[in-house]
Amino acid sequence: MKDIQKILEERILVLDGAMGTMLQRHKFTEEDFRGKRFKDWKVPVQGNNDLLSITQPEAIKEVHRLYFEAGADIVETNTFSGTTIAMADYEMEELVYELNFQSAKIAKEVADEFTVNEPNKPRFVAGSIGPTNRTASMSPDVNDPGFRAVTFDELRIAYKLQVEALLDGGSDILLVETVFDTLNAKAALFAIEEVKDERNIEVPIMVSGTITDASGRTLSGQTAEAFLISVSHIPLLSIGFNCALGANQLTPHLEVLSQKADFWVSAHPNAGLPNAFGEYDETPEQMADQIKEYLDKNLINIIGGCCGTTPEHIKAIADIAKKYQPRSLEAVI
Amino acid sequence: MAVKEKRKYLKLSGLEPMIVSADTNFINVGERTNVAGSRKFLRLIKEEKFDEALDIARHQVEGGAQVIDINMDDGLIDGKEAMVRFLNLIMAEPDIARVPIMIDSSKWDILEAGLQVVQGKCVVNSISLKEGEKEFIAHAKKIKRYGAAVIIMAFDEVGQADNYERRIEISKRSYDILVNQVNFPPEDIIFDLNIFPVATGMEEHRKNAIDFIEATRWVRENLPHCSVSGGVSNVSFSFRGNNVVREAMHSVFLYHAIQAGMNMGIVNPTMLEVYDDIPKDLLEYVEDVILDRREDATERLLDFAETVKGTKKEQTVDLSWREEPLQDRITRALVKGIDQYIEEDVEEARQAADKPIEVIEGNLMTGMNVVGDLFGSGKMFLPQVVKSARVMKKAVAYLLPYIEEEKKNNPSSAEGNGSAGKVLMATVKGDVHDIGKNIVSVVLGCNNYEIVDLGVMVPPEKIIQTAIDESVDIIGLSGLITPSLDEMVFLAKEMERRNFKIPLLIGGATTSKAHTAVKIDPQYQNAVVHVNDASRAVTVVGDLLNKRSNQKYVGALKEDYEKFRESFLKRTKKKEYLSIEDARKNKYTIDWNTSKITEPNALGVQIIEEFDLKKLEPYIDWTPFFRSWDLHGKYPAILNDEIVGEQANSLFADAKELMGKVLNERLLSAKAIFGLFEANTINDDDIEVKSNFGNFEFRTLRQQLKKHAGKPNFALADFVAPKESKRQDYIGCFCVTTGFGTKELAEDFEKEHDDYNSIMIKALADRLAEAFAEYLHEKVRKEHWGYAKEEKLSNDELIKEVYKGIRPAPGYPACPDHLEKLTIWELLKVKENIGVELTEGLAMWPAASVSGYYFANPEARYFGLGKIKEDQVKDFASRKNIDFELAKKWLSPNLVE
Repeated sequence: MKDIQKILEERILVLDGAMGTMLQRHKFTEEDFRGKRFKDWKVPVQGNNDLLSITQPEAIKEVHRLYFEAGADIVETNTFSGTTIAMADYEMEELVYELNFQSAKIAKEVADEFTVNEPNKPRFVAGSIGPTNRTASMSPDVNDPGFRAVTFDELRIAYKLQVEALLDGGSDILLVETVFDTLNAKAALFAIEEVKDERNIEVPIMVSGTITDASGRTLSGQTAEAFLISVSHIPLLSIGFNCALGANQLTPHLEVLSQKADFWVSAHPNAGLPNAFGEYDETPEQMADQIKEYLDKNLINIIGGCCGTTPEHIKAIADIAKKYQPRSLEAVI
Repeated sequence: MAVKEKRKYLKLSGLEPMIVSADTNFINVGERTNVAGSRKFLRLIKEEKFDEALDIARHQVEGGAQVIDINMDDGLIDGKEAMVRFLNLIMAEPDIARVPIMIDSSKWDILEAGLQVVQGKCVVNSISLKEGEKEFIAHAKKIKRYGAAVIIMAFDEVGQADNYERRIEISKRSYDILVNQVNFPPEDIIFDLNIFPVATGMEEHRKNAIDFIEATRWVRENLPHCSVSGGVSNVSFSFRGNNVVREAMHSVFLYHAIQAGMNMGIVNPTMLEVYDDIPKDLLEYVEDVILDRREDATERLLDFAETVKGTKKEQTVDLSWREEPLQDRITRALVKGIDQYIEEDVEEARQAADKPIEVIEGNLMTGMNVVGDLFGSGKMFLPQVVKSARVMKKAVAYLLPYIEEEKKNNPSSAEGNGSAGKVLMATVKGDVHDIGKNIVSVVLGCNNYEIVDLGVMVPPEKIIQTAIDESVDIIGLSGLITPSLDEMVFLAKEMERRNFKIPLLIGGATTSKAHTAVKIDPQYQNAVVHVNDASRAVTVVGDLLNKRSNQKYVGALKEDYEKFRESFLKRTKKKEYLSIEDARKNKYTIDWNTSKITEPNALGVQIIEEFDLKKLEPYIDWTPFFRSWDLHGKYPAILNDEIVGEQANSLFADAKELMGKVLNERLLSAKAIFGLFEANTINDDDIEVKSNFGNFEFRTLRQQLKKHAGKPNFALADFVAPKESKRQDYIGCFCVTTGFGTKELAEDFEKEHDDYNSIMIKALADRLAEAFAEYLHEKVRKEHWGYAKEEKLSNDELIKEVYKGIRPAPGYPACPDHLEKLTIWELLKVKENIGVELTEGLAMWPAASVSGYYFANPEARYFGLGKIKEDQVKDFASRKNIDFELAKKWLSPNLVE
């Protein structure tokens, strides 16, 4: 299979869209989530999307398939919450390795189907590593700003287990995403480096932060450039932003990365901002139209979608991205 | 990653980036948060007074530290726990956490614990080869994985490097291991090459400083991309107790070390003399020691040190400079702003000169050129330059009669005055604010431009006519209130119509590059430049009048403004706005069934005269005062600022002196008027006010920007109970002034050629007016209205506006409509009662005045109106019963394009 690094020099790669939005269409019940295996599980598990990789694997594979068909080069594994820390909500810490392994395995199976049929457009699996539900550099207790609900070491250990399982399951890339606290991401990157060292392997790593609102900063308060500097100690495949904002609002921050980053630049924005009902109603055409601005400005190398995006969005994005050259690294100041 | 080889820079981050590039000045590391270096910090940590310890960190950042060093190495502290606790607390303080952290410890477990709690890219201070290569490599690998830069001490298994060769040997070895074996980014390596004391009397210490400096040069030349740092105060250790010598030693050492390539370090800014200010003899002795230039350097410095013992502050005025040659004396008087002897010196110069004009063109300009150079290179600050101008004016005034005399006797000799250009300065029609304009005038004057100052409220015809009559080279316009922006646009149009070719400068608090680019620049084919600080004015005017290159400069300017305009217009288009009806539907709603409404203790109008200004002293917010002099930083931290601290202190001392005079001699008079009335909101956006003279309506404006769900579209009317609620609510309004007397005082100073104090008195009057508004608001809250009887706030809290209720002012963000001032004037009979008038542009006269409304509801808050749409302007015009075009003109700065 052709090296992803090489391909990125030649063209813009397309990442998939939202998993959650697609799964909502199935309207899975508590029973569907549990399947046979977990029918007597001690706590409710409805909403644990990661679990569906075990209990409804065909539904997950179908989503991957739809995205590949829409034109995606890379799909993300269904493992956004696949750490012992996030799984504690469902008391499923023990299942973390299996969840990640299975998720990677089924995504890889689908990717291979497509690669075999279309060898000149190899498909990749990115192991999705979410931010967990705790922050290492902010206190959840307003009365005690010095308090922390999670430590670097706890995060590092949790991430390490996820990373090992994602790699064992066949992930081609690791994607540390939706980074709202850079310290969490640094713990994930630290864990990845440990695994790389122990196994003596190289793995392409993508990092994608989240600018939370109009302040133009991450939740933990960093500007786009400070965020970039804080994770640049690792030789990344790409750096980018995803979630929280629509494509338009993300432009100025991508411009910063595009100018300053020695890495490829990625973006997977939401389908606009949520409306009053928390739904994303930006159409594929509207979104692709905004992404055209990235392309006109030559800002990106990898483009996809986050919350609210569907295979139709990805198709519209892939169709337009095809017509443009990728951002070159030569111009970085 | 395939990236071309390029120069690599040390990049660090807190919440914001910090990049140490070739153009970056010396990076100053704050060192007060170090238990080994600060006894106070140690005590606070021991007593677990972390809040106060945080204040020290904050103080340093506000004072200009670009990185803060944190060290908890003390036998009586659990260093690891204290480090983690303190860093966690810092992370919750965005004003501190914006800068990168230097985690400082001799213990690895403390360093690592620190690295685990900081999201940004830190510096580890430090590791070395002391314990051997194995440990060195292991630690370096970890540091790399945590994503930090590192300070490498020049230390190895044998010991600390204490001469040139050892420093090189150890740094080279450390560098090679890091870069080749650990794959450590070379730009993330910072060497601490050990600064040791000199002049200790020990022969082997003689070369300590010069060896450091030379080793620094070697490292920067031979070990690519790395940095060099060090703790500077060590070098003067043997002169403990003699700050004059120590400060000189620090400056001299830094001066040479920075030239050799030292690019960061720990320096106590209060222990630093300006290199150029070190007396010649002391400088020579100190350089002899630092650079090891003489066998007997130490003895000579020790002998000399005896004579300058005692701190500088106790020194009596040193008049030895009076013995120097004439030109040196004149230059010194100008640079230091000493006007005591200038007439005497100028007289001496006049007698030596052929013609009196030569004294100006020769002696005085020579001195002013030195001032210009020092200001241009950042070695002098604005208040100093204004003081220089005072001396200059005094000198010129002294010479003037002689020059006139000469002209009379010898008319042919009255040739050109050698000015660099003529600049017309004016505050536009309707506006009375001139502090900034006067500062720019003075600074340009110092740089040999001839200034034609037309003063305030200058009608456009007069500006145009004067520009033609005087054939000026540049026009500079200033204004503070929003209507002035339109005046400037109008003037640009006029200049175009009259076929002017000269550049137009725009400045003043409400002006902006955006407004200049979008509204003014397109009206005029020639150069239009927005200049908002005095030091930039000099370079801009210089570039504009440089005959050789100005065409290119103007071309570049035009292009820059056009680009800026395009990107600005593109950006503004994307915002969405609601119709005024929809905005009203999304108003801010207070639950009027439960909301607390307090009836004022006394309704009606009250007037305060014969007010003792001394009461206002504690209410003064000094920060804007410093800003008006281009000294940026918060008061009181600014007084200890590394760069501007000294200047700020000196300016503050002068301000206090003049303020004392004003207060004691009652040179300014303060007056105030306020009224409290029954009021209710009607028709969504209007507030109906009942006074003895009948009903009045305040027309408020409502935000129209489309908000995120749950965020309301505010108008001030939302804070007063609507009539339908059937509850009686209240509103207040006021006007205070401390400006009577300012004009006369300023004119007196100007007569004395004392621009410095002329500007100063206006700046002080402004501060007093703001303080009076604050004072009166407090009285109203606690007594007259009495809705906050229990309130106890410090001055700081007042400035931060933590009190309940608001006092928004027409012309400011919540109610940018200046027309409402007319309603206040009518309702309170302001002019009749206290004499404050409104100009054509609806600026208040005297300028040092403040007017506004009082809203008492606990939910009332400040907001910015933002942009509004034409539908609201129409509606507003019909409610106010004025012409639509008139309303549009007044609201144009807020109108969506």
